[in-house]
Amino acid sequence: MGIWQAFRMAVKSIFSNKVRSFLTMLGVIIGVAAVITAVAFAQGSTKQITDRISQLGTELIQVNIFGRNTNRDLTWETLSEFASDNADVIAAVAPQVTGNMTVKAGRNSLSTTIRGTTYDYSVINSQGVSEGRYILDIDSDLRQKVAVIGSRIKDKLFENENPIGKTIKVGEQIFTVVGILEELEDGAENTKDDQIIIPVSTAQRITRNSAIRNYSFLATSPENVKEAMERISEFLTDVYGNENMFRVTNSAQMLDTLNSVTETMMTVLGGIAAISLLVGGIGIMNIMLVSVTERTREIGIRKAVGAKRRNILTQFLIEALLITGLGGAFGLIIGCTAIWGIGKAGLVPAVYSPLWMALSFGISLLVGVIFGMFPANKASKLDPIMALRHE
Amino acid sequence: MIKTEALSKHYHIGDTIVKALDNVTLHIPAHSFVSIVGPSGSGKSTLMNLLGCLDTPTSGRYLLDGMEVSNMSDNQLAEIRNRKIGFVFQGFNLVPKLTALENVELPLIYSGVSKKERRSLVAEALEKVGLTDRSSHLPSELSGGQQQRVAIARALVTRPPIILADEPTGNLDSHSGRDILKLFQKLHEMGNTIVLITHDEYIAGQAQRIIRILDGQIVDDVEVG
Repeated sequence: MGIWQAFRMAVKSIFSNKVRSFLTMLGVIIGVAAVITAVAFAQGSTKQITDRISQLGTELIQVNIFGRNTNRDLTWETLSEFASDNADVIAAVAPQVTGNMTVKAGRNSLSTTIRGTTYDYSVINSQGVSEGRYILDIDSDLRQKVAVIGSRIKDKLFENENPIGKTIKVGEQIFTVVGILEELEDGAENTKDDQIIIPVSTAQRITRNSAIRNYSFLATSPENVKEAMERISEFLTDVYGNENMFRVTNSAQMLDTLNSVTETMMTVLGGIAAISLLVGGIGIMNIMLVSVTERTREIGIRKAVGAKRRNILTQFLIEALLITGLGGAFGLIIGCTAIWGIGKAGLVPAVYSPLWMALSFGISLLVGVIFGMFPANKASKLDPIMALRHE
Repeated sequence: MIKTEALSKHYHIGDTIVKALDNVTLHIPAHSFVSIVGPSGSGKSTLMNLLGCLDTPTSGRYLLDGMEVSNMSDNQLAEIRNRKIGFVFQGFNLVPKLTALENVELPLIYSGVSKKERRSLVAEALEKVGLTDRSSHLPSELSGGQQQRVAIARALVTRPPIILADEPTGNLDSHSGRDILKLFQKLHEMGNTIVLITHDEYIAGQAQRIIRILDGQIVDDVEVG
């Protein structure tokens, strides 16, 4: 008897008991669907964060200053000087003062990020202007009320008009638009296209932040990031007298941290997956054992007409495999639908991981073999005389 | 065809040994129609299990179609059952989820016959028992007599040298029972070797030769008509 015959017999037996077969599969269906959905959710949110971080660029170094009256100890001039002294590893530095404010032009208004900085910020973030000009250092020196607006701001406030030379109201202050930022992210909300760049000195005044607490540094190359970070830390330790007043971070470092968090999450998910499939497997074993008892007479008949132990074993094993295989396939379909739904709802981007799909499907087949083996073996060892007498 | 020499089957029940079959020596030549008759507990079922290669003897020899089968493994016995023996049981023993055709086909699947050949052999067997038009019915859709004829077709389909029938009319009304006996007569005339096991003297009388068994031993062996 070939495998094909055994396969057909198994199909027949599964379909002649649809409800029971489905209930048996349910454990595997739920297990597989849950695993791939959970993994997709984890990978999707990780991707979301990773994308944000990697947009920052791997050569970017962020410096955050804590504590009070920081400008008393550190002025923009001394920091610029430090940067030019270390030009071998530091390509550029820009201060950042940010706040969220309501912006108006005519009758249109919206809330967005106001970022006070200098010209170098355009270099550090590789986002220049598509029209007009960027903020210049002289704007900062003279505390000019000029603004470079993101494409989303232009669309929302000015629609089809050319905004250059027009005025906008930021908080209570009137600014003149001098440029439009290059569109990098389709003008989406909360992206680089949804911000207004103004001179740092002006920003300090309107956001009432006398202190500059954030600086962005650009290393000359990815290899120099470590050296640059060390020198910045050294410099800031000198300025503040201790290391607790600031934090120097790099996106690559943040990615490393994030990756290790993701890995832990995946391990936990893997564990849950293994447990749920184990439970599913026990369910299958249970039903298969019942099925063997119920079909004792059938097994006796098959043996009487010449079925060998191997034939019976194959038949029941294929049946178990088919149940878990079908369950796994249904689970994949349901899981993918769930992932698609989550992506569609905009919770996290839909990430379909072929590796995890193959893995969870493979494990469900393995569960079929392992938990099908015991009942199949029991069936194959039935004594035909006893089996034929079974009522 | 069938030759047994001092065939015995003993069971241990607690400390006592039950001699279900004790030194049975028997010869059944090809193309004969033999009935083995005895009351319940006489050992005729044990004899049937041994002759049908469903069980192995405690001692003695059993030559089936010239082959010594008393020491064979389970798998070898399965193969012998498949090729040499066709079973007909009292309770029909059809697989309820399979159609008449599929039930008849079952032994051929296990002997690895190709699909095309299977179909023609099954058709031939169903024709012999007069059930060609019922081939796609499930056992539950057939009468007792029809179910038993499906079982006989299944026994015939591999063209085995021996057909072993264990109380084949036991679950049938007398009318269907007579039909089945006529079918056995017909099959015998067609050249099949038939061994019929029964407790019923009338049914036993349908055969050419009657072997009486009691307490695990042959007590009478007569040729009739």
